[in-house]
Amino acid sequence: MGQKITIEPVTRVEGHGKVTIHLDNDGNVEQTRLHIVEFRGFERFVQGRPYWEAPVLVQRLCGICPVSHHLAAAKALDVIVGAGNGNGLTPTGEKMRRLMHYGQFFQSHTLHFFHLASPDLLFGIDADPAIRNIIGVAMEHKELAVQGVMMRKYGQEVIRATAGKKIHGTGAVPGGINKHLTEAEKEYLLNGHDPMNIDKMISWSEGALEFFHDYHKNHKEIIDGFVEFPSSYLSLVRKDGALDIYHGVLRAVDANGKKILHDVDYQDYNKYIDEEVRSWSYMKFPYLKQIGKNDGWYTVGPLARLNTIDFIDTSLAQKEFEKFRAYSNGKPSHRPMHMHWARLIEILHAAEKMKELLNDPDLLKGELVKKGTKKFEGVGLIEAPRGTLFHHYKIDENDQIVMANLIVSTTNNNQPMNNAVNQVATKFLTGQKEITEGMLNAVEVSIRAYDPCLSCATHAIGQMPLEISLYDHKDQLIDKRRS
Amino acid sequence: MNKIVKFSIDGVECLATRGQFVVDAAKENGIYIPTLCNYPGVKPKGGCRICTVKINGKLMTACTSPVSEGMQIENNANEINEIRKAIVELLFVEGNHFCPACEKSGNCELQALAYRFHVMAPRFPFSFPIRKVDASHPKIIKEQNRCVLCKRCIRAIKDYKGRSIFAYSKRGNRVEVGVDSKLGKELTDELAQKAMDICPVGSILVKEKGFYQPIGTRKYDKNPIGSDIENLVVSKP
Repeated sequence: MGQKITIEPVTRVEGHGKVTIHLDNDGNVEQTRLHIVEFRGFERFVQGRPYWEAPVLVQRLCGICPVSHHLAAAKALDVIVGAGNGNGLTPTGEKMRRLMHYGQFFQSHTLHFFHLASPDLLFGIDADPAIRNIIGVAMEHKELAVQGVMMRKYGQEVIRATAGKKIHGTGAVPGGINKHLTEAEKEYLLNGHDPMNIDKMISWSEGALEFFHDYHKNHKEIIDGFVEFPSSYLSLVRKDGALDIYHGVLRAVDANGKKILHDVDYQDYNKYIDEEVRSWSYMKFPYLKQIGKNDGWYTVGPLARLNTIDFIDTSLAQKEFEKFRAYSNGKPSHRPMHMHWARLIEILHAAEKMKELLNDPDLLKGELVKKGTKKFEGVGLIEAPRGTLFHHYKIDENDQIVMANLIVSTTNNNQPMNNAVNQVATKFLTGQKEITEGMLNAVEVSIRAYDPCLSCATHAIGQMPLEISLYDHKDQLIDKRRS
Repeated sequence: MNKIVKFSIDGVECLATRGQFVVDAAKENGIYIPTLCNYPGVKPKGGCRICTVKINGKLMTACTSPVSEGMQIENNANEINEIRKAIVELLFVEGNHFCPACEKSGNCELQALAYRFHVMAPRFPFSFPIRKVDASHPKIIKEQNRCVLCKRCIRAIKDYKGRSIFAYSKRGNRVEVGVDSKLGKELTDELAQKAMDICPVGSILVKEKGFYQPIGTRKYDKNPIGSDIENLVVSKP
């Protein structure tokens, strides 16, 4: 008799989700689905609100990387207030926002690697769940846990200095920013007491990469052999091809690294990208129109960024990027576990960028806001830690929002995550007489690599678990695991 | 003829000019009596009842009661503070107040009073009224979800002839404050800003200027409402 497995909730991800795995009579994986079972509806209830409220309102989608939503909305509204298409702010306005964004990248990526992913790497995918968590890391690898906590704190302090508070600040306003960095804030972030200073953060970021390289050397079966599948990749890139998480043009490459979206202006994103709705998930499935619904899906996030860009404009991260690119012979890497590697390179890049910006005098003085001829529609794109984030607003003549469309990073990764679940389930569950917790965690590990924010993707609220259920071919529940 | 009178608040002897309202007399003596609908320079209304005190054993509004010789006033007593807290809570559940995305957060008197009276969780059921955002005026937005009907704008924002630019409309529990349809064009940029500043909540918003004041510099970011009168600066962490 066939079976259906449900993993619910999926753990150590942000948001609610569940996985269902259908096995046929012979125990082969017949169908897998990652269901996102929550709904919130920000796009609807932002309608009617004054447009300048959007950056503060929509960031409430998320408590992990609200800065991404804050800045993506602000960038869309920059267009509306006539401050250019993402590049027309004053130097102070743009640099303060960039500092905020790098601070957020630093803290969010750190959270994921140290708090969410490291337990799987340190203790093994099939280790006892009682120790396979951040508390276990703190007990067994105290130094690493402390670094994770302090690095996250540093990123949060950068956000506080630029946005007013660590979570859900108000720094970015349409057309600019509402504050300068003070001398005291600059001094605190540049040369604060050990370890709270930027040089230590750079050094720890390099240390995290060293840790990864050591781990990689000894665990190739996990990092390289866990799962691999070809994908297209999409991200913002700077016009010259450099990694740029704040502004740029939209580029997509196919599985061989060939450009399939040629550095286009993201104001026209809906000429190139559409979204499909499927009945079993609240999360939509975006795809590249020119390729079509079936094969037009793509991956976003750290791995996608490092697969689409040509180079990184900070020296230490560039050296690591060269190693990363060479490892895949100059082609895109299709291994989801390399996402951790890419994420660590971005942590280092963010730290280097923060140092560069903290030494920039434009942060301390200069005009904060710039406005021009008003428009009634604007698109803001940004690279959130989890990938490309789209915000699109239309307003009426009374300054009220009449339309909002958000394509959140995790939404872009919907199909890739479903594919990853399918491959891992097939690899680990096919023909098994007994389904163990370790096997099901392998499915979760594949999802976790994408660092999905399920609450953002469906704009949902609540705790953040995921569940796996096992059903037979008659849809009878056989087994369920929830952590 | 001015005459100094002696009176007491919570047993503390105070001096004031005869005829001064209790709330102002208390302020001059460094004692904070919370207010919401009251505003310096505007004729008091006694509408919100936040300033309720016990005068010679009777509950009265401090903003409309003149001080007199020998008056014994109870202000900072549990019974009275409970009444004030309940009023604040009722105002919250009567409208739709979502502080996280409100531009007035940090400068909002209703929010500041809630912090002052330790309103930690809703005690009364939310009424979730269906109210609209009136954005039809070219200079301001009137956010009806947040209006507490204090009438400050009606009483303070006047045109050059002394006519109120804001007015009540509708009746009963549907009553609203809005810009008078005939006098709306008299609302200058200066008056629009004054109306926004005088509104104790985030119900009057000047268009296109939101969130310009950084967190940390807003009126109640560091110190609770009333601390300026009490000269008691308690910095928040």
